Amino acid sequence: MVSVPVSKKTLCVGLAGQQNAGKSTVFNMLTGANQHIANYPGVTVDKKTGYCIYQGVRMEVVDLPGTYSLTSFSLEERVARDFLIHDKPDLIVNVVDASTLKRGLYFTFQIMEMGLPVVLGLNMMDVAQKNGITIDIPKLEHHLGIQAIPLIGRKRIGKKDLQDAILATARQSERSMLSISYGELDQDIYALQQQVVEAGLSATYPGRWLAIKLLEGDNEAERIVNGALGPDNQLVQSARRARTAFADAHYMDVADYMVGCRDKLASTIVQSCVKESRKDRVSLSDRIDMVVLNRLAAPIFLIATVFLIYQLSIVKGYELTQYWWPFLAKFRALVASVLPDAGMLEDSYLRSMGLWMVDSANALLNYIPIFLILFSLIAILEDSGYMARIAFILDKLLHSFGLHGQSTLPYILGGVFAGGCAVPGVMATKGIPDHRSRMATILTVPYMNCLAKIPFYTLLINVFFAPYKSWAMLFLSTITIFVALLVARLLTATVLRTTETAPFVMELPRYHAPTLFGVGQRAIERTWQYIKKVGTIVVAVSVCVFTLLQFPGIGQDRMAGFQQQMDEAVAKFRRDIQTGGYSSRLQDDEALLRLINVQSAYRAARLSVGGAEGARRLDARYETKYPELFPLLKARGDKDAGAVNRALRQLSSKRELLRRQIKEAQIEASFLGMVGRSLEPLTHWAGFNWKINVAILSSFAARESSVATIGVLYQQGADENKSLEERMGSEASGSNFTPLHALAIMVFFALYPPCLATTIMIKVQTGSYKWMLFSIFFPTALGFIAAVFIFTGGRALGLSGIQMMALFYALVVLLTIFTGLFKSWRAQPHRIQVEPTAT
Amino acid sequence: MSRHRHQHGKRRCCRLTDLQPGERARIRCHHTQGATRQRLLDLGFVPQVQVDVVRRAPLGDPIECQIDTFKVALRLAEAALIEVER
Repeated sequence: MVSVPVSKKTLCVGLAGQQNAGKSTVFNMLTGANQHIANYPGVTVDKKTGYCIYQGVRMEVVDLPGTYSLTSFSLEERVARDFLIHDKPDLIVNVVDASTLKRGLYFTFQIMEMGLPVVLGLNMMDVAQKNGITIDIPKLEHHLGIQAIPLIGRKRIGKKDLQDAILATARQSERSMLSISYGELDQDIYALQQQVVEAGLSATYPGRWLAIKLLEGDNEAERIVNGALGPDNQLVQSARRARTAFADAHYMDVADYMVGCRDKLASTIVQSCVKESRKDRVSLSDRIDMVVLNRLAAPIFLIATVFLIYQLSIVKGYELTQYWWPFLAKFRALVASVLPDAGMLEDSYLRSMGLWMVDSANALLNYIPIFLILFSLIAILEDSGYMARIAFILDKLLHSFGLHGQSTLPYILGGVFAGGCAVPGVMATKGIPDHRSRMATILTVPYMNCLAKIPFYTLLINVFFAPYKSWAMLFLSTITIFVALLVARLLTATVLRTTETAPFVMELPRYHAPTLFGVGQRAIERTWQYIKKVGTIVVAVSVCVFTLLQFPGIGQDRMAGFQQQMDEAVAKFRRDIQTGGYSSRLQDDEALLRLINVQSAYRAARLSVGGAEGARRLDARYETKYPELFPLLKARGDKDAGAVNRALRQLSSKRELLRRQIKEAQIEASFLGMVGRSLEPLTHWAGFNWKINVAILSSFAARESSVATIGVLYQQGADENKSLEERMGSEASGSNFTPLHALAIMVFFALYPPCLATTIMIKVQTGSYKWMLFSIFFPTALGFIAAVFIFTGGRALGLSGIQMMALFYALVVLLTIFTGLFKSWRAQPHRIQVEPTAT
Repeated sequence: MSRHRHQHGKRRCCRLTDLQPGERARIRCHHTQGATRQRLLDLGFVPQVQVDVVRRAPLGDPIECQIDTFKVALRLAEAALIEVER
């Protein structure tokens, strides 16, 4: 081992460790802001480099990819291993999680075998302490022959000690690092090491390490030697001979034996250095599991948990939005007051676009209370350890559809029980180790019912399935799960068939009480992701949709027609008030427009404040702000003012009607309207008219906008204060719009492609535009086929909406059960018969 | 060397899936290669280590095992590839 000359100015320090050992917090602690992120040459694995200067020595810290071990099975492992061998760092800081020291030592041994100077960073000491684990550090240092430094990377504790240890270790010339003994294999290792030295390989590779890897039969090591010495060389041959001899003598694979030796050593060290004072906790965990994972009780607990989450987040959260919405309404009013005032018939683009953006964002921000509760509850499930149990319980079910036990969390976040968001859902797939299941999960999470689909469902159900409300809701919230399972199965059997899979090997952590801080942090983080989505993508896309709905606009002639109607209404207003004392004040058009706008704002504000006290405050505000107009808004005994107020109300409702008619005409003539119309010949098989087409197209920005669009398109009768439900219903009876139509639309909407924000997240998580496009086009085709089946099929069979709903449901459920039971397509891992050894 | 052979002859070898919940055995070897084997080793399924089968999942698959103080769940498909001796 070469010691680093003190004169050498830059010390290259590699930071290595297993995943979740808190390596990046230690990296940040050491280097502060001096970081540089690039890729390792030729691969897309991050290479994080940072610098720090300590006692005049410059340290270059390289953060290696986090891996469980240093074999050559994954890209990250190869990258880390190549760095250790070829870049020859001066020293390695091995970060281990102090609360799972034994497993961390497996990794430490592998680095020590490479012959590199090591400093052990015992990270997360606080967590270990909380779990009742105490580590005898001097004893550990004595066993390993290296320095061990307790760290709490998250709180930046231990930085100076670590830097001291790095310098001391780098300057040390004599080391007494532990050398792992492999019992009777030590002779073979020594012999092979001699051969490595003789072959001249020890200059490039650590001799003992190469000898051990050759003996283990590591492919990469054989490749290295074959590359240097040519095929059929003496070195590989003698390693193979030693391997066979050992296996023959002990009926045991050399590699297995060597792993066992390392494990025994790790056990011995942990037994002598680590004290666990709270082993009784394990038994508490066991007792909980005995109940919670009991064959009969498990499903009951699972269903109760899901029901509780539904009740607390969706039902209670919805009640909370009542208190939250006024704030959003105030925000809208604020924006409206900043933007240019409304015109009599047409607003400036700035105003209409600004309000459109605020409305789109508000519709989504309204769900914040629901998400805060939902994400907090999910964080509690994760932190307590029950989420891992859910994965354990459901794995068989999910696996028979090509999914993974850990697909549960993304599904719950995505809205398994009517309410969620696919964006955090897709993000949460990160934790699924099996690549094929992970892809299948990413591509099926968007089928879950996100919160934004609910208003659309509610609207259609209230109009067309009023007598069967709860059945229809149950249908929609469960059919999506069945379809998602079927699609996952289809994808894993076809396009994902060749994708890499991994075994389901998952730790079931001990239960522990979640901390308020941890849960709050996670819930806020996930809600923030959602808010970011609203703030960026949804707002940007809403501008595009606005433009597509606005242009090219209606012609001058039609606009003139509307203008004429408005002029007539204004003339009538003036006639009605001419006898009163206010007439002269309102002759000017601008003054009249101002009055109408103030009155609209007053009415809107009046609707959003509750209680007599609020109303009084509002009146006082308007009275001080508009002293000359207020008597007309609220005529108190003044006869003339009363007359004006009545006429004004007539005028403004006429104005609103005309404005809506203009909007409808505009949408019909718009680009999106044209596309909607041109699709009609195709979509009429599914029962969609052009209005529905426009709503579907506009909902790609964010689903909530579909209800708004429908609201504009179905507006006859809005001036009579009819609700949108009634309006749709009355128009439906005129145009033969049946429950069958509604069912086809709802099913299409349930299977419809994810919103833009989700597709972008799919791009991020799959790293490919191909899958992003697939996630858009496949559900569209699937949803359309289902809608055509329902509509055209229902027509042909003469079934009503509710009958078709039952038929469709039965078919999907039967298909799901059948596919779930029929497993032969899945390549069964070949089971090796255990040969009757030693008989 | 013959001593070892004799010892193994006395022990009963079977697959991890053949154990009933509550039974204990010692891992003998893996019949897997590559990444799967490595993943099992990383999570503690190391030859010569003692393993307890704690329970089966309510649907029968996967199974929960205990190694040291760790509880690890794995599917029957993988457990069938782990050879143990009682």
